[in-house]
Amino acid sequence: MTLLDVFERLEEMWIGEAIRTSYWLFPFIEAIHLVGLALLGGTVIVVDLRLLGLTLRSRPVAQVLLNARPYFILALLTMFSTGIPLALSEMIKLYYNFSWWVKISTLGVAILFTFLVRDRIVTRHDVSRVTLGALGLVSLVLWFTVAGAGRWIGFS
Amino acid sequence: MSLRWFADWLDTHAWSTALHESFYMYPLIETTHVLALTLFVGTLAVVDLRMLGYAYRTTPISTISQSVLPWTVVGFVIMIVTGVLLFYAIPVRTYHSVWFRIKVIMIVLAAINAVHYHYRISKNRVLWDHAPKPPRSVRLTAAASIFLWVVVIFTGRMIAYNWFDCDRPQPDWVITVAGCVIDEVATL
Repeated sequence: MTLLDVFERLEEMWIGEAIRTSYWLFPFIEAIHLVGLALLGGTVIVVDLRLLGLTLRSRPVAQVLLNARPYFILALLTMFSTGIPLALSEMIKLYYNFSWWVKISTLGVAILFTFLVRDRIVTRHDVSRVTLGALGLVSLVLWFTVAGAGRWIGFS
Repeated sequence: MSLRWFADWLDTHAWSTALHESFYMYPLIETTHVLALTLFVGTLAVVDLRMLGYAYRTTPISTISQSVLPWTVVGFVIMIVTGVLLFYAIPVRTYHSVWFRIKVIMIVLAAINAVHYHYRISKNRVLWDHAPKPPRSVRLTAAASIFLWVVVIFTGRMIAYNWFDCDRPQPDWVITVAGCVIDEVATL
């Protein structure tokens, strides 16, 4: 079974079928996906700008991170619970969509980087300013690539 | 009085048509508009979450506001510039869009809410600046802010869909709300 076969099977599932046959379901889920994007981006930006020393400088980096984290995770869950149904409704189109592959692979890297690299280092003591700034910058680039490539799915 | 003449006038501009039909510029502007949502609504949501007493409870509200809101303003400026360009590219259809009309009303309400907070509610901020959970009036404006901007995002996304466009058969209420010109509808 090829990867394309897998994508065809996924598209045939009832959830994708339900979204395709509905007039308003796709736009509705898409709009929630955008609301999630705003929260996801906001929590990423506030933490990363702090790492770059561009906001909340009077507050410890770990505190800024840990306060934003529950909402970052909430936003991530919103993105997955809306993004997966959206994808299931058009798997074959996505298979041939370069932007989607860029988005999905960068998303994997961004999630691993955020939880396993950025957050682990930030919550340690005595991390140099240069290291913190670099972590913030890499995080911003990764997440904005995910978002930009995501929007571009609709154009390509 | 109708602002339709203004949309018609923009529509006569060669640049308006060029922008609408451009292969890269229109998608780039729209992508910028969507990505700036994170900087604008996203950072504003962080401030609102603080005012609701849900996040950064040990940080004074004034610290969060002074430190985060400048970035929100940057996001807002990007939203306005790209938003105006998007309207400029497709003026007449957008002018008649039911979704766009609701969106504009919501933005006005959100602006009133912001001004109300800034000039009235925050007057006695010293009393609750350090409070983990601020008074009800403060939490209400924060909740209103989140609600209104979520509706703006929703209606903004829906502008792309043509369900209520004047060039399709529509019920009377749509024709009224969208301000469709009857003669035009008849010829189409």
